[in-house]
Amino acid sequence: MPWELIGTLVKILLVVNIAMGVVAYLIYIERKVAAYAQDRIGPNRAGSPIVPFGLLQPIADGAKMLLKEDVIPGYVSRPVYILAPLIAIVAAIIGFAVVPFGPVGPDQWMNFQIAPNVNIGILYVFAVGSLAVYGVILAGWASNNKYAFLGGLRSSAQLISYEIPLGMSILGMVLIAGSMDLSTIINWQSRHTWGIVVQPLGFLLFLVSGFAETNRLPFDLPESEQELVGGFHTEYSAMKFGMFFLGEYLHVITVSYLIAILFLGGWHIPFLTSPEQTWWPTSLLKMVILMSKVMAMILIIMWVRWTLPRFRYDQLMDLAWKSMIPLSIVNLVATSGIVQLIYSAS
Amino acid sequence: MRPDDPKLKKLEPPRLTFGDRMYLPQIAAGLLLTAKHMAGVAFGNKAITVQYPEEQHVPSPNYRGVHRLNKDDQGRVKCVACMLCATACPAHCIDIVGTTAPDTWPDREKYPASFVIDELRCIYCGMCEEACPVDAIELTGLYDLTGLTREQMIFDKTKLLSVYDATRDAEPMRYTAPPPKTAATEALPSPIS
Ligand code: SF4
Ligand code: SF4
Repeated sequence: MPWELIGTLVKILLVVNIAMGVVAYLIYIERKVAAYAQDRIGPNRAGSPIVPFGLLQPIADGAKMLLKEDVIPGYVSRPVYILAPLIAIVAAIIGFAVVPFGPVGPDQWMNFQIAPNVNIGILYVFAVGSLAVYGVILAGWASNNKYAFLGGLRSSAQLISYEIPLGMSILGMVLIAGSMDLSTIINWQSRHTWGIVVQPLGFLLFLVSGFAETNRLPFDLPESEQELVGGFHTEYSAMKFGMFFLGEYLHVITVSYLIAILFLGGWHIPFLTSPEQTWWPTSLLKMVILMSKVMAMILIIMWVRWTLPRFRYDQLMDLAWKSMIPLSIVNLVATSGIVQLIYSAS
Repeated sequence: MRPDDPKLKKLEPPRLTFGDRMYLPQIAAGLLLTAKHMAGVAFGNKAITVQYPEEQHVPSPNYRGVHRLNKDDQGRVKCVACMLCATACPAHCIDIVGTTAPDTWPDREKYPASFVIDELRCIYCGMCEEACPVDAIELTGLYDLTGLTREQMIFDKTKLLSVYDATRDAEPMRYTAPPPKTAATEALPSPIS
C-alpha cells in the first residue's frame, strides 16, 4: 500500500511537470505553426548555437510572465480575483488523473495512469472539465468591470452550451464499448475497430465541441481581445493571465487525449499491438503511439486555428443549439437502437 | 438618384451552393490552403518576412519617418520661424519660439530659438513638410525610432539638426540640389537605393 501511494505521488509529480513543460513548448509550436501559415518564420531569437531555432523561447516566455508587473486593480474583489486563475488551472490539471498514458492492468508492475481502473473515467474528466466555467465566470465577476463581466457571461454561456453536445457525442462510444473506463474503451477498439469508424458523426461532433470547449478558433470569443474588448481576463496581467492561458492549453491536451482514446484507437495500431501484450517494452511502445496520436491531434487543432475565421456569437449559439445538440441526440438514439439490436441478437 | 433609377446597378452576392452551405468542403479547402503555405515555409523557404536586425528594411523614398531640420550651405538652420508648419500640424506637436535673426544673417528676419517636436504626438502626416516655404523641415526614412522614456521622444532643435547630419548623405534634400558628393560619402553604402 505505501508503495502504491509513493508511486502515485511520483506519477502525479511527473505528469504535472511534464504537462507544464509540454504546454510551454506547445505555445512555441503554436507560434511556429501560426508563423508558417502566414508565411513568416516565427520565434527564432531565443536560442544559442547549441539550442537552435529559438528553442529557448518557452523559457524566455516563462521568465517574462514571472517578472512582469502583476497589476491587481484596486476595485476588484481580491480573494475571488486571485482564486479564479487557480480554479482555471487546477480544473484543467486534475483531469489528467484518469487519462491512461499507456496500458493499465492489474497484472502489470507499472500502470501508466495516476488513478488506474476508475470505472467512471469519462464522467470524471467531464465533471472536472466543466469546473473551468467557474474560473471564467468568477474572473469576469471579480474583475468588477462591465466588459470583463460580459465577457465572462459570454464565455460561460458558450462553455455550458457546448458541454451538451460534447457529452452526448461520446455516449455512443460508451454504449458500444459498454464501459466508461477509458482503458476498457481502448481495449474494445483494439479488439474490434476504431471509434471513428463506428461513430463518424460522434467523432465530428466531439471534435467541434472540443474546439469550443477549449476556446480555440473558430470559437475563441472568450479571448478575442481586439474585437470584443477582451473577455473575462481583461483585468489580469502577468502570471495570472498566464495561468488562464496554461489552463486552456491543458484543456487542449485533454481534449486531444480524449479524441485519441475514444475515436482513434488509443494506443492501438492494427496488426501491431493487442491488449494481451503486457511486457513492459510493448507498454512503452504503446505509450509512444498514444503520444504521437495526441500530438497529431494537437497539431490539427492548431492548424484549424490559423485557418478558420471566428464565429459570430449568435452563429456560435445557433450551431450549438440548433445543429449540434439535435445531431448528437440523433446519433445517440441511432447508436443505442443498433447496440440493442446487436445485443439482443447475440 | 432615385431608388428606381434604371441606371442603378443592383449587386447581389453570389448564391451559396449546397456545398458552400454545408461548410465542410469550404473548411477543407481552407485547411488545404494553409497547409500549402505551411509546407511552403517549412520546406520551400518561402517566408516573406524581413529578418530585421540582420536585414534592414528599405522604405520607399516617400516614406515619412523621423523629422529633420535642414541646414543651409553655411551650416545654419534653414528655418525662418514662420510658424507655418506649427499652424498646419493637425496634431499640434510642433512648438517653435522664434527670435530676431542676428545682423550677420542678412537673408532673413527671424530664426527659431527653440524648435521642439513631440514625436509621440506626431502622426507623421507630412503636413509640416508641405507647409514649409523654405523646405526647412523634412521627414526622413528613419523608422526605427525608439526611446526609453517619453522625454527622450521630444526632439529639440539640436536633435532635429543632428538627424539632418545623420541622413544628409543618404537622403538629399528633396526640393533643392543635393550636397556635392565627396569621395568619403561616395564610398558609403546608401540605404536608399
Ligand atoms: S508630420 Fe504631421 S503631425 Fe507630424 S509634425 Fe508634421 S504636421 Fe505635425
Ligand atoms: S520649419 Fe518651415 S514652416 Fe516651420 S517655422 Fe520653420 S520655416 Fe516655417
